[in-house]
Amino acid sequence: MPAITYREAIRHALAEELERDKNVVVLGEEVGQFNGSYKVTEGLMAKFGPDRIVDTPISEAGFIGMGVGASMLGVRPVMELMFWSFYSVAFDQILNNAANVRYMSGGLINCPIVIRGPANGGTNVGATHSHTPENVLANHPGVKVVVPSTPYDAKGLLKSAIRDNDPVMFLENTILYGNKGEVPEEEYLIPLGLADVKREGTDLTIVTYGRSVLHSLAAAEILHKEHNLSVEIVDLRSIRPLDIDTVLKSVAKTHRVLIVEEQKPFASVGSQLAFMIQREAFDELDAPIHRLATVDAPAIYSPPVEIEQLPNPQRVLQAALELFN
Amino acid sequence: MSKKATAESKSKPADKPADHAADAAVNRDLSKVERIELYRTMVRIRRFEERSLRAYQGKKIGGFMHPYIGQESVAVGCCSLMGKNDHVITAYRDHGHAIAVGMGMNEQMAEMYGKATGCSKGKGGCIHFFAPDRNFAGGHGIVGGQIPLGTGLAYALKYKGIKGAAMAFMGDGAVNQGAVHEAYNLAALWQLPVIFVIENNGYSMGTSQSRSSAGELAKRAEGYNMAWDTCDGHDLYAVRATMDKYLKLAREESKPAVIEIRCYRYRGHSVADPDNTYRTKAEIEEYRRTKDPIQTFLNQLLSAKVLTEAEAEEIDQAARAEAEAAAEFAEASPFPTAEDIQKDVYWETDNPAERKSQGRLFFD
Repeated sequence: MPAITYREAIRHALAEELERDKNVVVLGEEVGQFNGSYKVTEGLMAKFGPDRIVDTPISEAGFIGMGVGASMLGVRPVMELMFWSFYSVAFDQILNNAANVRYMSGGLINCPIVIRGPANGGTNVGATHSHTPENVLANHPGVKVVVPSTPYDAKGLLKSAIRDNDPVMFLENTILYGNKGEVPEEEYLIPLGLADVKREGTDLTIVTYGRSVLHSLAAAEILHKEHNLSVEIVDLRSIRPLDIDTVLKSVAKTHRVLIVEEQKPFASVGSQLAFMIQREAFDELDAPIHRLATVDAPAIYSPPVEIEQLPNPQRVLQAALELFN
Repeated sequence: MSKKATAESKSKPADKPADHAADAAVNRDLSKVERIELYRTMVRIRRFEERSLRAYQGKKIGGFMHPYIGQESVAVGCCSLMGKNDHVITAYRDHGHAIAVGMGMNEQMAEMYGKATGCSKGKGGCIHFFAPDRNFAGGHGIVGGQIPLGTGLAYALKYKGIKGAAMAFMGDGAVNQGAVHEAYNLAALWQLPVIFVIENNGYSMGTSQSRSSAGELAKRAEGYNMAWDTCDGHDLYAVRATMDKYLKLAREESKPAVIEIRCYRYRGHSVADPDNTYRTKAEIEEYRRTKDPIQTFLNQLLSAKVLTEAEAEEIDQAARAEAEAAAEFAEASPFPTAEDIQKDVYWETDNPAERKSQGRLFFD
């Protein structure tokens, strides 16, 4: 299997779906002529032309709302947010209009839109550009929320998202864009709502997603080598729908849970997970559920300190060990 | 008075005055039956509104309700011009447009009563009526939030190569929302076939135009190099004459425009508006007496001998009866059940046989 980057995996998914369905259109700031702010869409305008790859003005409320309206008539727009942080200026269009239109119309109107872009801290861009809104998005019934951690997952999940008849929020990561992973040349799809066990183990379950999966894998290696602890890592991949069954199955095996997330702690994805695990697997737990999240403050700029604000292998390691003290 | 002032052609002479709007081809060619239907639709809107207000006062309807009474000529004039590929979207004052596009009174009244037989199965309420089978992309609750969607309807038409137009309605209060300006820019930049229709009733809720908006409302289109026009919304013929021209430009040449239609609402912004703080009773009465769009059109039909007083009375009685029957239909209909709450949220859970995703979509 060839190894390609996370960025290329997303690009390949876009290209394959553009090829497959003429209703698919890619719109966003700098996606065409500029070849993408993060080069995800590089070469797509040359291949598919300006009607399919559309450069928008810096006008998120306008163009995302326009995409929502177009999707109501059967276009399948894939909208790029340069940063998911900019969702706040299009909040009404995404979470009032896209999320609610099916419900408010009694099921008469669909909204098959994908909104994608990076949502992460760790690049020293400060508080306004480092939001991770998957919890906010998933709080709105009507939308689906996906956060892939590997090139393989990113490609298979994005293809499914584009074919989905509901609005899908697809959260990528600028730090992962250059990461390489094996991706088959033949077509494949990964269903939304299917978690993936990225490492098997017996002593502790780490439930995580996105870039935190990589930190957790690094920490698990140290826990194995230096502490003789066997860690299982469940990568959720999709926040809503949520594959809680895979989580519960792992908890029943390890009896200890650490949630690792690049989220502010209050009402995070982890808060929901912790509620569900205690509710549905209380008797399986040998220790209180633990969580490692972003340190609760706006994203700090200072580069070395930002590393400490976010999940990192060392912080994951410490949190894991706390479960065994 | 209709005032011509497109960005490109400010030097052109002013349009014919509104009293000649009846002679515009789009009106001149109307048959007697068609004229009577236009009148009937306006009367039906008013009687429907009055009946629903009574139902609201009788506590049959919850939440807000935003009566359209006084503005009937706008929705009827615009929507009467719709071809099969034309689409309409509006804000929360949506009952008039819903009737004008052909939705029945029953499904609307039942929606307001919160019944399962409502147009949105009792899930949307009066500010969220939809009828995609009639190209009605809804009533929408957030001021100005529907305008990017309307632009998207036009984008979809253009992308698919369909000759049609979208009419995106808003009130004069919406023109100061950022999303509206973003939509103007996109429509003009990409020459999308959308008409932004400002129904200017003079008040954004309880704040008059002079207290809320700088400059002329439609003229803001000039900043986007977009055509604009205004017309007297009390005159159905004027609405049709003005809109016909810009709809043709949209359909044939994919040109957007902003049209400001001056009208007046007799009732408060919503039922929650006591309507005694920001305008006088005398002002309302003056409009009612001299400019009522239904009376104005009736006078035109009577003098043209299209209709007799007796026939007009019959139309009125039939509209009252239809509204009454709708209230009875709504009353007799069942409420949705608690099990219905989580239906119509996701396409996938409503179509389980075709579901591709796994995992939980709903949470306790």
